[in-house]
Amino acid sequence: MSNIGLIISLIVIAIGLLWLFILSLRGKEVERRIIFLFIGLSVSVPLLFNITFSEKATPIVMDVFNKVENLPAGSKILLSYDYGPSMAPEVEPMSNAFLRHALAKGHRVYVMCLWATGQSLAATAIDSVVKKDFPDKVYGVDYINIGFKAGGTGVLNVIITDFRKMYLTDVDGRDLDSLPIFNGIRSLKDMDLLISIGGGYPGVKEWILFAGSQGNIPTAGGCAAVSAPLLYPYYPKQMVGLLGGIKGAAEYESQLKKVYKRFEKSPTPGIKMMGPQTLAHLIVMAFIVIGNISYFVSKRKRS
Amino acid sequence: MADSKRISKIILAAVIAFFLISWIIKGLAIHDEDSVLWFSVRDAFLITLAAFLTLAIFSFLYKDNPYYKFAENLFVGVSAAYWMCVGFWSTIIGNMLPNLSESLSSTFGVPYKGFNIFYIVPLILGILLLMRLSSKAGWISRWALAWIVGTTAGLNLVRYLRTDFISQVSNTFVPLLVDWKGFGAFYSGLSLASTGQFVMTLSNWVIFIGVFSGLIYFFFSKEHKGFFGVASKVGIWVLMITFGASFGYTVMGRVSLLVGRLTYLFKDWLGLIS
Repeated sequence: MSNIGLIISLIVIAIGLLWLFILSLRGKEVERRIIFLFIGLSVSVPLLFNITFSEKATPIVMDVFNKVENLPAGSKILLSYDYGPSMAPEVEPMSNAFLRHALAKGHRVYVMCLWATGQSLAATAIDSVVKKDFPDKVYGVDYINIGFKAGGTGVLNVIITDFRKMYLTDVDGRDLDSLPIFNGIRSLKDMDLLISIGGGYPGVKEWILFAGSQGNIPTAGGCAAVSAPLLYPYYPKQMVGLLGGIKGAAEYESQLKKVYKRFEKSPTPGIKMMGPQTLAHLIVMAFIVIGNISYFVSKRKRS
Repeated sequence: MADSKRISKIILAAVIAFFLISWIIKGLAIHDEDSVLWFSVRDAFLITLAAFLTLAIFSFLYKDNPYYKFAENLFVGVSAAYWMCVGFWSTIIGNMLPNLSESLSSTFGVPYKGFNIFYIVPLILGILLLMRLSSKAGWISRWALAWIVGTTAGLNLVRYLRTDFISQVSNTFVPLLVDWKGFGAFYSGLSLASTGQFVMTLSNWVIFIGVFSGLIYFFFSKEHKGFFGVASKVGIWVLMITFGASFGYTVMGRVSLLVGRLTYLFKDWLGLIS
């Protein structure tokens, strides 16, 4: 039944595009709301009919995966939630995948944020991922959330030399010195891997420039698609790897499922988003073609 | 005029009625014997409110309207208040009090770390910044602002120069023949693997030509003719491909956000998908 619905929906979209193509050949302009409608349909149909595609991790994603995978158990990984709700659908799948992977490997995870809005999202991630998938992990021993501090790059400038000059307590006001996970941790230089998940300022770039390169600490990132092209130049010399947009998240989720059978039934929002992405991109490409035809037809008519 | 006001009121009444019904239906859907009635009512209200705000924002795609304006202003107000509250609790309570006052630290339940006179400086600068709220003493806030601009510029200049500019220049110096052991070895080991010698060499050539031609395009001290003109044209193509890649990524980002909101509407609000 769902397949019939899917086929009918795709036929409706295809007929609609054909109609717009004919209109453009006649030199008529397409109203912008029609484009919005098509994009809405192209995203809704795969969502409603659960269309997904298989993903294979590319080298830049594999490098991050392998870095987390090859660190000895008990290594210290810092996850920075540098995003807000406006970016969450795109980068939350990455942060959840990183959390799952790091804890499954037995690493210690330090969660912090350079964005105030990241604090509540980090708390949500801990509730939905750590407490659900890893009930045996102990707060303050296996993972910790030290929350947000104002200052952006200023925060990085301080914690690269001394955490306690900026962070005296965790997000709930517990003294850091009373928590075993912080024993022997003085600065960012004591971390084995830094992972920033974001897409704005401060974000992955600032972590590379102010922490990773400055302290020779391996740094990886997961970012919103808009920022990905600006971050690729830092790979591979200044950055271990990068998850660029939802595609990167889907690749990481796919690799995680492949290697860890325990995550086979875990949610994979990144992979699920790739169906709507594919159809929406095809529609955008179709509109680019239609727009160009319309342009050349009208140009010919004018001449 | 009177007609348009009446239509607006009818639309408002319809919207309120629709979302009230949605709230009731959602409440009935999520309430079961084990859950507390009040929690179900509250959760259903929050889910319905979020759906209303999402649709209010989407309504701008049709045209500007009061529902969109309401959602937009609410978003700006809530964001500003949220950032201020988190900043207050994490920085003033979390960082400043433990270094200034034992009694205030115990009042707010944060560990006292001993009096540190240096923390007086940010306290004073913070108060100076707030003087901006006064029309007469607003100029005093410039002192604090000058401090922020000066220190940020000083710190960033050194950091960016060393870890961005110089490191990026250094990253561009890539070998144009990776692990080169002669043509024979190159052809016998030809592979399209991303870490293979052929692909790495090709990739490094793309970086070299891209950077070189891109720089030539922005070099205006010599007329773009002959070799310079050709290299400059290649530079334009490199830039265009870069912009195209950026556009593609931007589309992907925006579609992801749309998928996020539609998933919320279909899953959490309407319950159409699992």
